[in-house]
Amino acid sequence: MKANPRDVRTGTYYMDGDIAAGYGALAAGCRFIGGYPITPSTEAAESFARIAPQSGAVFVQMEDELASVASIMGASWSGVKTMTITSGPGYSLMMEAIGLGAMMEAPFVILNIQRGGPSTGVPTKTGQADMMQSRWGSHGDYEVIAISPDSPQELFDFMIKAFNLAEKYRCPVMVMSDECVGHMSEKVVVPPAEEIELEPRRIYTGPKEEYLPFKPDQDLVPKMVKAGDGYNLYVSGASHDERGYPIIYQKGKNQSDSTARRLVDKIRLNADKIIELHEEKLDDAEVVVVSYGITSRVAVRGIELARKKGIKVGKLRLVTVWPFPDQRISELAAKVKAFVVPEINYGQVVYDVERCSHGEANVVLVPHGGAGVHDPEDILEAIEYAATEKKKIRKVIIRKTRLEKKVFGGGLK
Amino acid sequence: MDVHPMDDVLRMDRIPHIWCPGCGIGTAVTAFAEGLKKAEIDLQKTCIVSGIGCTGRVAGYVKLDSFHTTHGRGIAFATGIQVANPDLKVIVFSGDGDIMSIGGNHFIHAARRNVNMLVICVNNFIYAMTGGQVAPTTPHAAYATTSPFGAVEPPFNIPYIADSSGAVYVARWTVLQVRRLTDSIAEALKKPGFSVIEVISPCAMYYSRINRLGDGLDMMKFYHDNTEIRHGEDTKNLDIGFQTKIIVGKFVDRERPTYMDSYNKWLSGTVKD
Ligand code: SF4
Repeated sequence: MKANPRDVRTGTYYMDGDIAAGYGALAAGCRFIGGYPITPSTEAAESFARIAPQSGAVFVQMEDELASVASIMGASWSGVKTMTITSGPGYSLMMEAIGLGAMMEAPFVILNIQRGGPSTGVPTKTGQADMMQSRWGSHGDYEVIAISPDSPQELFDFMIKAFNLAEKYRCPVMVMSDECVGHMSEKVVVPPAEEIELEPRRIYTGPKEEYLPFKPDQDLVPKMVKAGDGYNLYVSGASHDERGYPIIYQKGKNQSDSTARRLVDKIRLNADKIIELHEEKLDDAEVVVVSYGITSRVAVRGIELARKKGIKVGKLRLVTVWPFPDQRISELAAKVKAFVVPEINYGQVVYDVERCSHGEANVVLVPHGGAGVHDPEDILEAIEYAATEKKKIRKVIIRKTRLEKKVFGGGLK
Repeated sequence: MDVHPMDDVLRMDRIPHIWCPGCGIGTAVTAFAEGLKKAEIDLQKTCIVSGIGCTGRVAGYVKLDSFHTTHGRGIAFATGIQVANPDLKVIVFSGDGDIMSIGGNHFIHAARRNVNMLVICVNNFIYAMTGGQVAPTTPHAAYATTSPFGAVEPPFNIPYIADSSGAVYVARWTVLQVRRLTDSIAEALKKPGFSVIEVISPCAMYYSRINRLGDGLDMMKFYHDNTEIRHGEDTKNLDIGFQTKIIVGKFVDRERPTYMDSYNKWLSGTVKD
């Protein structure tokens, strides 16, 4: 299915990432955004609010984040593509409902323009510290998909990707950007509508009497109808059977287990189809820099500097952060000496790299407290260390940045 | 096979329901089912949303498009349904704890916007399913498990909040006045905009037991002797005390453009292609 020309502002722009995200959401066919303003994500909401009415789409500034995310789930079951936009503290407030979204299998997208934390932290500056919150933030067992753009162009492109994934897997999809990408102005090309491929909703078309809203297809994802179609749907946040009826025990099997298990499995078992990675210079690499979002652009410089010094280092960029590319990291761990993981946090995704490396390769974290991006020299230092360390150190090795050494003194080996 | 008179609006395959003997929620649902029929609205275009708790279970027993959401978020969820498809009429059917406490912010803002929905709030003065804790509607001095010396805080007057936030239709009934409640529901269902009906209901399991008020039947007797119908009463005067007189009736019935009407009208005048 192609994008609707009415929704696509085709052209070449010089715009910031937040604005590009608003354009991307509309091009993806988003018809409703319920949002609550929070720095540094506001321009994305403002951008959508400005262009939405001309396309018949609606932006409602809800009373809070809890309302925002609840409203988009209602809208999703009304049959439209929908999203919300937020940042750190707002994202935390959405966590309860993200579990509901997973349980109701309502397709929707959340754009998180991450900022520094904890708490109010640095509202106007960058961070990557909500990564684990995306994965584990709501209560109970479920899986989401999280993708991480590294440029304004990708903020446009990934909105479309996110909506497509949401429709395909009927789960919350997180676009985990950050203030740097959100506020960075670059060239953004909005292609003509006929070049934008959209995933249509998985609509049920069989006999009406036979429809079961939570009966999965082969790929574990059920087909959807919408409110007002005359199916008398029952959609509940409680553990339910295929009819949607809340049931705890059924014919001796624990229903709660089977509901949650499918929500997890439909992502885990389809992970190969979902995961997208960008790999560079991995053929001869002894050290691999694993990064995502804005950090993957800074890592490029660190890698260049190291290559100039003759170190065999390559780049693995996580376009999809969740589900995590367990398989690929494990394969690489068997071949390489070490991973270097720069993140704008004190260690989140790095622990999954460590988990998948099974102690076969060293894992070096280059942390950053936020508000800015890494100095490529810090990444270079970590690469040099990783390339020379002979011992297998079976825990994450945390490198202090030069700034930290200056402030806190000393340094970890 | 015998067909139950409510068969077309209730999910009979889910009966028996979970409510205790003497609970008023079932009566409120009966009135609702009758009201739905009486209103003669298109049931295919009607949705019901609940939060959680005893009353939160209502959505699951009614044969409409039903959404059983999380604590307090029913109104926000319903706002999304309504905005995304203004042809749908949404009913939010939940308890006082759900709608007036954790959902309080959503309530006042949906009323302010005049989103086209009917909110039926069953007020039994207590958190029931959670086990009898104090609610924002618990009358002053009434006991609850978390107010073991009697509630200190003054309770919310639901019609007053609804009225002052902009609701277009506000009524209160007890579950004893089934016919009036039914008529009120039918009337409110046809009214475009944000309507609120408060339904005073016994929680025989917690509220009446903790406060030694007898069983559900005793509570009904109390309503019989202590309610007074005062249509058009100023909503300021509708506070409910502990075992004091309860004023019921239709208090507000006014016209205001709905949220989507205002939205479309405003934008069609201001947005250029
Ligand atoms: S606990 Fe109270 S409100 Fe809940 S079903 Fe029993 S009587 Fe009704």
